Amino acid sequence: MSTTIPRRDRRKQAATAIKPATPATSRTESGRHSQRWLAWIFLAPTILGMGLFTLVPIAASVVLAFFRWDIISAPTFVGFDNFAEVVQDPTVRVSFLNTIAFVIVAVALQLGLALALAVMVQEKMPAWLRTFFRSAFFFPLILSAASVSIFMRYLFNEQFGVVNWFLSLAGIPAVPWLTTPGGSAAVVILVYVWQNFGFSFLLFLGGLASIPVETYEAAALDGATGWRKHVYVTLPLLSPTTLLASVMAIISALQVFDQPYVLTRGGPGDSTRTAVMVIFESAFQRLEFGEASAIGVILTLIIMAITAAQFRLSKRFVFYQ
Amino acid sequence: MTTTTERVSTRTPAVPARSRRKPNWNLVLRIVLLMIAAVLTLGPVMWTLSTSLRSPSESFKLPPSFFPWNPDFTSYGQVFRQLDIVLLVLNSALVTGLIAVGQMVTAAMAGYAFANLKFRGRGALFSIVLATMMVPVQVTIVPVFMLIRGMGLSDTLLALILPAIPTAFGTFLMRQYFLGLPTDLAEAAAIDGASPWRTFRSVYAPLAVPGMAIVGILAFNFHWNEFFRPLIMTISEQNFTLPLGLVSLQGNLGTGSISVVLAGVVLSMIPALVVFIFGQRALQDGLTAGSGK
Repeated sequence: MSTTIPRRDRRKQAATAIKPATPATSRTESGRHSQRWLAWIFLAPTILGMGLFTLVPIAASVVLAFFRWDIISAPTFVGFDNFAEVVQDPTVRVSFLNTIAFVIVAVALQLGLALALAVMVQEKMPAWLRTFFRSAFFFPLILSAASVSIFMRYLFNEQFGVVNWFLSLAGIPAVPWLTTPGGSAAVVILVYVWQNFGFSFLLFLGGLASIPVETYEAAALDGATGWRKHVYVTLPLLSPTTLLASVMAIISALQVFDQPYVLTRGGPGDSTRTAVMVIFESAFQRLEFGEASAIGVILTLIIMAITAAQFRLSKRFVFYQ
Repeated sequence: MTTTTERVSTRTPAVPARSRRKPNWNLVLRIVLLMIAAVLTLGPVMWTLSTSLRSPSESFKLPPSFFPWNPDFTSYGQVFRQLDIVLLVLNSALVTGLIAVGQMVTAAMAGYAFANLKFRGRGALFSIVLATMMVPVQVTIVPVFMLIRGMGLSDTLLALILPAIPTAFGTFLMRQYFLGLPTDLAEAAAIDGASPWRTFRSVYAPLAVPGMAIVGILAFNFHWNEFFRPLIMTISEQNFTLPLGLVSLQGNLGTGSISVVLAGVVLSMIPALVVFIFGQRALQDGLTAGSGK
């Protein structure tokens, strides 16, 4: 986003460079006036909509976090009680820990896989093959997480699932994927990564394309080939893309809901319950809207803190050309 | 090991003459690994398609089928009998279509204002719009649900459509798009005495169509697949959208007949597939927009 500033500056310069040429008549005055009107008319739907459906709800969510409310009776102010309850609630606590563990494992897998595949696709190969791989890895992104989770449930079925059938060919006994805590967690992670690695892959592909060929030629002259080339040239030059890809992957993984909801409904036990799932359950199943808001506020604060920390940390190791 | 790493987009395989004698093992290894990854990525979808074309009684049979040798369409007939799939498709199409059109129009207008019109507070307002992109939908869902309820719209399709129309990402994308268009056009129009509205109507709006298409395609793909908001906002089955209907179909049938559920899944994928075939480039560009240097 910050990258757009130079372009805007250029426009500004162009505008100011041209302005003296046009005479300062009343026509340009009224033109500026009508420009302002047009701007507000054009912005009205977006600004009003965002105010109504995003900004006011954010404020309401924060306020609601301090009340106890079940929609039916009048809300009562309870101070920090909701937060205290939420922090002590074992289910909420487990679901936040699950979410953090999920984010760490899923994001690491997603980024590692995406980077490796992007590097392999980017190097010399027939153009049609490259196009095929790019489309194949992109494909799961266009499917709905709900449908994906539906067919993955069958694939990971203990008795008649295809995954266990393949494992049986290798002599491995049937794995109880969806009925044990560890198995369910593994399936949720695998299905999520399967569906989302394509996005990081696309980002890395874009980043790799922007590394100038000359850099590799210079590195080759210095004797860097194979692995060394990637460690000393690709990785440092790719670090801005890696930062962006990891920020986006973490933010979206923190909000995971569809896959665990359809695959496991959070079970067995609380083993695949996520932060968003407890927001959903406390609001729309137990009608504790204040508590749900408190959980939402905590989740948002965590997302903001992680994003800020990433950008701060990145100043140390991200290398900008 | 190849030492020069040109970003080749040539149609001919760029094999150096030197290595023509012995095969390029690095390339072979890479293609094998990538093929395995592609099979693992597409395999589950192939299995879904192929199993939906088995008869319900055969859908459990192992070994699994990955190619529909003798397709059987009974499961597809069953889907229409067990699930009001026509209604689900109509609901999804209505919700997704209106959101896409609404986003295209409002994002083009707001993007144009942010890119081409001068007004006080432009920078600050744009920052606020961008900041709303970072707010997860789960945080605002409870108040939005109450607001919708207060407006008397709960359990209607409008409850899904209205909140999804204002789009921060679409606005950002359209602003970028308008910034990319040459400014001389506006200058020329101004010299010809065109009002700002006229300039937008006759000069910029027609040029913005490709940008709007990206916004529309992204909106379509996202909302066609959306599950979380419909799960909360709709209660009665006549207001369900496709993903919700499919999950409930799976619930109703238990593990009865996989092929019927999968036939529903395949039917729900068709529009996404059409968008994928025709709008792949636009989708990829749109998703990664703003990540460029």
